[in-house]
Amino acid sequence: MSRPLLHSWARAATAVAIAAAAVGANAQSSEPVRIGLMLPSSGTFADLGKGIANGFKLYVNEQGGELGGRKVEYIALDDESDPSKANENANKLVKRDKVDLLVGTIHSGVALTMAKVARETNTLLIVPNAGAGDITGAMCAPNVFRSSFSNWQPGYASGLLAAKKHKTAVTISWKYAAGDESVKGFREGFEKGGGKVLKDLSLPFPGTEFQPLLTELATIKPESAYVFVAGAGQVKFVKDYAAAGLKTSIPLYGAFITEGTLAAQGDAASGLQTALHYADGLKNPKNEQFVAAFTKAHGVAPDVFAVQGYDAAQLYDVGLKAVKGDAKKKAEMIKAMEGAKLESPRGPLSFSKSHNPIQDYYVRVARGNQNVMTDVIVKGLADPSPDCKL
Amino acid sequence: MDLALILIQTLNAVQYGLLLFLVASGLTLIFGVMGVINLAHGSFYMMGAYLAFTLASLTGNLFVTIVIGVVFSVVLGALLEWALFSHLYQRNHLQQVLLTYGLILIFEELRSVLVGNEVHSVRVPAWLDFSVPLGSVMTYPAYRLFMSVVCLAVALGLYLLIQRTKVGARIRAGASNRGMAQVLGINIDWMYRLVFSLGVALAAFAGMINAPASSVSPGMGTQVLIVSFVVVIVGGIGSVRGALLASLLIAFADTFGKVFVPDYAGIAIYVVMAGILLWRPEGLFKS
Repeated sequence: MSRPLLHSWARAATAVAIAAAAVGANAQSSEPVRIGLMLPSSGTFADLGKGIANGFKLYVNEQGGELGGRKVEYIALDDESDPSKANENANKLVKRDKVDLLVGTIHSGVALTMAKVARETNTLLIVPNAGAGDITGAMCAPNVFRSSFSNWQPGYASGLLAAKKHKTAVTISWKYAAGDESVKGFREGFEKGGGKVLKDLSLPFPGTEFQPLLTELATIKPESAYVFVAGAGQVKFVKDYAAAGLKTSIPLYGAFITEGTLAAQGDAASGLQTALHYADGLKNPKNEQFVAAFTKAHGVAPDVFAVQGYDAAQLYDVGLKAVKGDAKKKAEMIKAMEGAKLESPRGPLSFSKSHNPIQDYYVRVARGNQNVMTDVIVKGLADPSPDCKL
Repeated sequence: MDLALILIQTLNAVQYGLLLFLVASGLTLIFGVMGVINLAHGSFYMMGAYLAFTLASLTGNLFVTIVIGVVFSVVLGALLEWALFSHLYQRNHLQQVLLTYGLILIFEELRSVLVGNEVHSVRVPAWLDFSVPLGSVMTYPAYRLFMSVVCLAVALGLYLLIQRTKVGARIRAGASNRGMAQVLGINIDWMYRLVFSLGVALAAFAGMINAPASSVSPGMGTQVLIVSFVVVIVGGIGSVRGALLASLLIAFADTFGKVFVPDYAGIAIYVVMAGILLWRPEGLFKS
């Protein structure tokens, strides 16, 4: 074969390769982007999982069913809030279903495993709830984002809130990672505000026999108390607290304590002050539009979980738009997502170096079935995430 | 720690222990008499709580609710015994475990479909909705004291039923030798059906009476089941008297574990269980 001929062969081959690549890219961007929703649809957290999925889909529907110019295909998988199945489930979505984005979940143990799988397979992950500090702390990774909070954040904000009126506090929490992290946040916030935590009381997760701790609390007689328990524990704790006559003598503070179960808590919760990154009937145009759209679609008002799901979709949209729908360009997507300035129903939302939300924290008071916002306790609060090396 | 505080914590422990007994008594009864390991016991407890929640909003009266709920659970218990459990007495425990585990899944799913996955609560009856002052800072809810009285009444009633009545004598006869009791003309089938219904009713009753003091939530049965098994094993499988003593023991371990060794409170009751089993491998009372 003569030289010129070889040359033209090479040229032709290159042209074909480029054409094929172009066709491939085209085919790829006309194909739907695959999103793995790994959320609980059974068990204690089923309702929270539903809220997140509904929030996520609401945003996508508002964009005409597309993100970054591509149709969206959901692959939903019930994670059962079971950490022992998390590895298998996350791998199924990544390897079998080849998802472009992994979204999940409520349970911190499951989410930590998802983060591990995401790291190993370099899959983009957005955590729409689980607050475990490690996700954006020691285990943080370029391809892992969180659209919710770290346990430290609401704890810290609650500490600032309690310190406004009180000099001493006692904390009560479940003895597990989330409880410890939340209490640590509270302590830092409370001390920052000039208060002193006298004692940390705890009980095994997920026990609900609070009476011995309430008795101890009553004898320590602090000026205020902070509590972190979840789900059914919230209802029982708030009712026990009121029945023990402590509600007026030792004002109770919390972050999530009234979230999602306020109706069941009834009068016992009335007047309870909490600090969180969302509130019922929050006054901003984005939220008003969000609440109206969500209520129209689902017949119930959205909660903080729906907001976190909605923002997960918004965040991914920013990334996908930056690369014009080409989900393979991960580095560029991540860069765009890091710089995202989202207009969230919760207010302005951006992301810290560790990919955790920077957001405002609101003072809320329980009135009837609503956590009504009364004030902003801290603007643009970021978790310092000292363990993250990003 | 001063004396007043210890007294209040003791009251907490006794109150919790009596409640544990109420939940565990049905389990130990069914196991002791029929030899069936009923993992679905916690599900009946959950069912009771959800019945209380659903019926209380319909009837507006907790006591009417409890009466309806108990009748319902007796009927359900008899049906389940007839349809499922009666086929299992001759089988080994593993198959019983399989069936009753399946029932847990079915009950959880039914609960999810019928009532949803939200956390609910039940109102304390108005005439019990007050608190008794206790010390300078704290008060004690009257409903909790009322529950203790009810639990004591149930314990006494069970004791009288089993030890002092003809039915009780037959139950005991059936428990110690099924074949011989049958030969002597006791209708064992009906006896078992009765005991099973009673066990289900006790679990459901516990769920109902505890609902106003606690919360009504998915998965609540599983938590109760574990501690119930601890009570049954410590007390001696099948012994109602043992269950009462074990309940109090476990409650004391739990309460004072939380007070004195908070970091290890999670294992306090299991340490007590292990200790007792080392000392008496068959539990406090051999039935």
